Amino acid sequence: MLKTIAAAMLMSAAVFTVAYAQDGGKVTVITSFSKDVTDPFKAGFEAANPGFTLDVQNKSTSAGVKFVDETKVNNQVDLFWASAPDAFENLKGRNLLAKFTPSVTGLPEKVGSYPVNDPQGYYFGFAASGYGIMSNDRYLEANNLPQPREWGDLLKAEYHDHIAIAAPSRSGTTHLTIETILQGEGWAKGWATLTGIGGNLQQVTERSFGVPDAVNSGQTGIGIVIDFFAFSAQASGFPVSFSYPSVTTVVPANVGIITNAPNQKGAEAFVNYLLSEKGQAVLLEPAIRRLPINPALYAKAPEGFPNPFEDPRFQSMITFDSDISKKRTDVVDTLFDQLITFQLDNLRGATKAIHEADKALAANDQADARVLIAEARQLISAMPVTADEAASDETRAAFTGGEQKTARQAELEQKWAAFASEKYAAAKAKAEQALDLID
Amino acid sequence: MAFALSSNPIRRMTARPGQVLAVTLIALFLAIFLIIPAGTVIYIAFTEKGTGALTAVNFIDFFNTDLFRRSFFNSVYVSAMSVVWATVIALPLAVLTTRFDFRGSLVIQTLGFVPLIMPPFVGAVAMQLLFGRNGTVNLLLNDWLGIRIPFMEGLNGVIFVQSLHYFPFILINLSTSLRNIDRSMEEAAQNLGSSGLRLFRRIVFPLAMPGYLAGASLVFVKVFDDLATPLLLNVKDMLAPQAYLRVTSVGLTDPMGYVISVILIVVSIFAMWLSAVAMRGKDYSTTQRGGGGLVRRKLGFGESVIAYGIVGLILLLVLSPHIGLLLLSFATVWSFSPLPDAVTVAHYSRVFGESSIYIKNTLIYASLAGLIDVVVGGAIAYLVLRTKIIGRRWLDWAATSALAIPGVVLGIGYLRTFYGVTLPDGTPLATLWIMVVLALAIRRLPYALRACYAALQQVSESLEEAAENLGATKQRTIRRIVLPLMTGGLLAGFVTSFSTAAVELSATLMLIQSNSDAPLAYGLYVFMQSPAGRGPGAALGVIAVVMVALCTLLSHYVIERRQKALGMAK
Repeated sequence: MLKTIAAAMLMSAAVFTVAYAQDGGKVTVITSFSKDVTDPFKAGFEAANPGFTLDVQNKSTSAGVKFVDETKVNNQVDLFWASAPDAFENLKGRNLLAKFTPSVTGLPEKVGSYPVNDPQGYYFGFAASGYGIMSNDRYLEANNLPQPREWGDLLKAEYHDHIAIAAPSRSGTTHLTIETILQGEGWAKGWATLTGIGGNLQQVTERSFGVPDAVNSGQTGIGIVIDFFAFSAQASGFPVSFSYPSVTTVVPANVGIITNAPNQKGAEAFVNYLLSEKGQAVLLEPAIRRLPINPALYAKAPEGFPNPFEDPRFQSMITFDSDISKKRTDVVDTLFDQLITFQLDNLRGATKAIHEADKALAANDQADARVLIAEARQLISAMPVTADEAASDETRAAFTGGEQKTARQAELEQKWAAFASEKYAAAKAKAEQALDLID
Repeated sequence: MAFALSSNPIRRMTARPGQVLAVTLIALFLAIFLIIPAGTVIYIAFTEKGTGALTAVNFIDFFNTDLFRRSFFNSVYVSAMSVVWATVIALPLAVLTTRFDFRGSLVIQTLGFVPLIMPPFVGAVAMQLLFGRNGTVNLLLNDWLGIRIPFMEGLNGVIFVQSLHYFPFILINLSTSLRNIDRSMEEAAQNLGSSGLRLFRRIVFPLAMPGYLAGASLVFVKVFDDLATPLLLNVKDMLAPQAYLRVTSVGLTDPMGYVISVILIVVSIFAMWLSAVAMRGKDYSTTQRGGGGLVRRKLGFGESVIAYGIVGLILLLVLSPHIGLLLLSFATVWSFSPLPDAVTVAHYSRVFGESSIYIKNTLIYASLAGLIDVVVGGAIAYLVLRTKIIGRRWLDWAATSALAIPGVVLGIGYLRTFYGVTLPDGTPLATLWIMVVLALAIRRLPYALRACYAALQQVSESLEEAAENLGATKQRTIRRIVLPLMTGGLLAGFVTSFSTAAVELSATLMLIQSNSDAPLAYGLYVFMQSPAGRGPGAALGVIAVVMVALCTLLSHYVIERRQKALGMAK
C-alpha cells in the first residue's frame, strides 16, 4: 500500500513537471465544442502557425462563462469559442471580451439576415448554423410517420409523444430557436405554436446534445436541433434526416478574445486562422459539418450541403432582432420552463385529450363539441403575460434584481406555474366534455 | 443487546493534547476546503437579489412554490424506495457470499461493486439503449408481445436506476459487517437451538446493523442529492436537479438554486443524525477476534442451484448498463435496433494513444483522494466514537454535508477562494492539479467516513481498555489494536471513495485547466458531445470501469487473505 502511494506521488510529480515544460507559445481556449471539432482545428492551427500550441479546455458554455468571470482577477485564458451568441453578449456585457480587428478581409457582413460579427468588434462569427427539425428515419418508418418539415407539422396528433427539445434556459441555441419562432410568428401565435409542440413532447432535455443523442439512438423520433448536429450524425452513419422550416434563422457560431489575454498574439493568430480559407475548410470535415462564412468554400462542399449565401430558403428567413431578444431572454426562458418543461405531464395530458376529441369529431362532426375543442385549444395557448409586459422594466427587474422593489422571480414563477396548471386542467376537462358529447 | 459482552462504560476523561490537535487539524481542513469555498457561493441563499441585503424571504418563497414542494416530496419518496430496492438487491449477495461456502464470492463481491462505477454520460446512453422506450428490451418485447415496459420513465424509472446504481453502498458495508461478526455469537445461538432464518433475523442481521445502516443511510442521502440520474431520465421535479438547473444556467443570479442546496444539506444531515439515533444506546461490538468471521456453511446441491441462480440473475440485472456500455464501445451505428448494426475496434484504437495520460491522472487523483478520505474519515470516526471532545459531532456533520453540495457549487467555490492566491511565479493556486484531488477528497469523504464509522462501532472498547491496562499508550493502542481491527472497514472506505472519485466529473470540470492534468471522466466528457464521439467515449468508459474494477478486485483479495490469516483454519 505504502509503496503504491509513494509511486503515485512520484508519478504525479513527473506529470507536474511535464505540464509546465512547454514552450512560451501556449494559446488557451475555452470551448464548448467537442473533441471532434477541436482536434482538426488544433492540428491545422499549429501547422499554420509554427511555435504556437493550442491548449483546449472543454467546458459547457455556461460553465465556461462562469469560469472566465470567476477567474478574471488573474486571467489565464486567451479565447472563448462557442456557438450561442448570447454567451458572448453576456461576456461582453461584463467587460470580459477585448476588441480586435481581424486581418482577414472580404468576408460577408451578414449570413441570412443575421450580422456575422459583433458590430463593436468584440467577437466574430466563424461558422453559420441554422435551426430545424431532425428525425430518425428508422423510428419514423417503424411508427408510420412522415418526416415533419414545418414547426406547424409538430402540432399534429400523429407526432404526440415523439418529439424532444432542449430547455431554452439550458441551451443557448434552443433559446434562439424559440426566440426566432416568437419573432417570426408574433408573441401570441408563437406561444400557441410552442405550447402546441409542448403538448406533443416526449422529453425536454437539460443539455443541447441530449436531443440529437436521443434521436441518434432512436429513443425519440424527432428533435428540434441546430443543423450541424444532424449533418455530423449523418456523416457518422446514423439514419437521420434534417429540414429547415420556413420560419427560422441562421446565426453565427463565434470566437472572441478575452480581456487581458496572457497570449494576445497567439489569440489574434487563432482568430485570423479560423477566418482564413484554411481554417474555414476544416468546417467541412465529416465530423464537424458546419456552414462556413466564407462563400467561396461552398464549391468544395459535399453534395446536398446547404449554402446560406445562395439557397433562397435562407434569404427569406426572418430578420432576427437581437435587441428584443436580449430584453426578454430571462422571461422567455422562464415562461418556457414554467409553462412547458415543469408542467409537461399536465400539458401532455390536456393535449392528448384534445387530440382524441379531434379524432372523434372528424368521424362525427358536432357543432357544440367543435366549440368546446376550440375553447380547450385557446386555454392551452393562453399566456400569463403579454409581449409588452415580458419586456417591461418591472418584469426584468424581478430577474436581475433592480433598485426598486418588484415582484421576486420566485413569485412570478409560482404565479405563472399556477396559471398554466389551472388552464391545462380546464382544457383537459373541456376536451373530455367534447368527447362525451360526440360519443 | 443482551448478549453483548461489554457494557458501555462511562468515561470521564479530559481531552488529550493529541486529540485537540487532531480536532483542530481536521476542522481546519474542512473549513478551508469545504466550508469556506461552499460558503462563498451558498450565502447568496440568504441575500436579497439586487441589493444583497440579508433576508430569509427566499426560504419562504421556497415553501410557497408548488414546484419545490412537489420536488421535495418526490425526492423523499424516491430516496426511501431506492433504499428498499437496493436492500432487496444487496442482501442476498452479501449473505450468500459471506455466510456460505460459495465459489467465486471474490468475483461476485467485485462485480457487485462495479455498478457504482458508472462513467458520466456514456452510462446514461447505455442504459437508454437497453432499457429506454426504444431500447433493446422494449424493442424485443414490442416485437414478440406488442408491449413496452416503462423502466426508465417517471419516478419509478429513477428508483429503478438508482437502486441498480447505489446498492453497492449497502453491499460493501453490510458484507464488511457480516465478516466482522464473531462466530462465537452464532455458535452460542446455535447451541441454544436457533438456526436458519431465525438465527439470521435475531442474531446475525442485528449484529451487522452498523454496516447495513451505514450503507442504507448513504443510499438515502446519495439518492436524495443525486442529480445525474433524474436528469438522464428527464425527471426534473426533484430537488437536486432543480438546484443544478438553476445554479448552472447562464445569466441566472437566482438565489433559489442556493436555497435548494441549503435544504439538501439540512435534509442530508438530518438523515445521518436519524441513523445515528437509531443506533444510540446499542452496542454492536464483539470482543473475541480469533474466529475470523461467521462460519461458512456448505450448500447442498439443490440449494447451490437456487443460490447461483439468484446471484446470476441479480448480477445480470445490475451489470446490464455495463454490458450495454461494452456493446456501445464496439458498435458502429446503434440506432433504433436491439443490437448495433456492426462491430468495430476502431473506437479503442482512437482512444488508445491519449488514454494513457487520462488513466495515469485518474489513478493518482483517485488514490490520493481515497487516502485522504480514509485518514480524515478514520480520525473523525475515532473522535466521535471514542472521545468526548467538544465539537466532534460537528466534524461529522460538516463532513457529511459534502454529500449535499452540488459539485459545480464546490468547483465555483474553489475558483473564488483559491484563484486570487498565486504561487511565486504567478500561477493561481486553483489551477494546480492538487486542488482537483482535494475537491475529489472532500466530495467522497462522507463515503469513507461512514465505512470507518461502521468498522469502529464493531470494535469493542474493552479490547482497547485491556491494551491500556497492560501499559500500552493511546497511540500504541490505536496502532496495534484499533487500526488492525478496522482494516476491513478502512479498505471498504478507500475502495468506495477511490472508485467513485475515479468517475466524478461535476467539480472536476470547473477545475481542470489543461488537458495534461485531465482525468478519464473529463476525457469522456470531451468525446461525448458529438455523434462521432459516442463510440470512443464508450471505449474510454469501458477502460475506466475495468481499471477501477481491477483495483477493487485487488483490495477484496487483500481483505480475503486477511480473513484467512486471522485464523480460519481451513
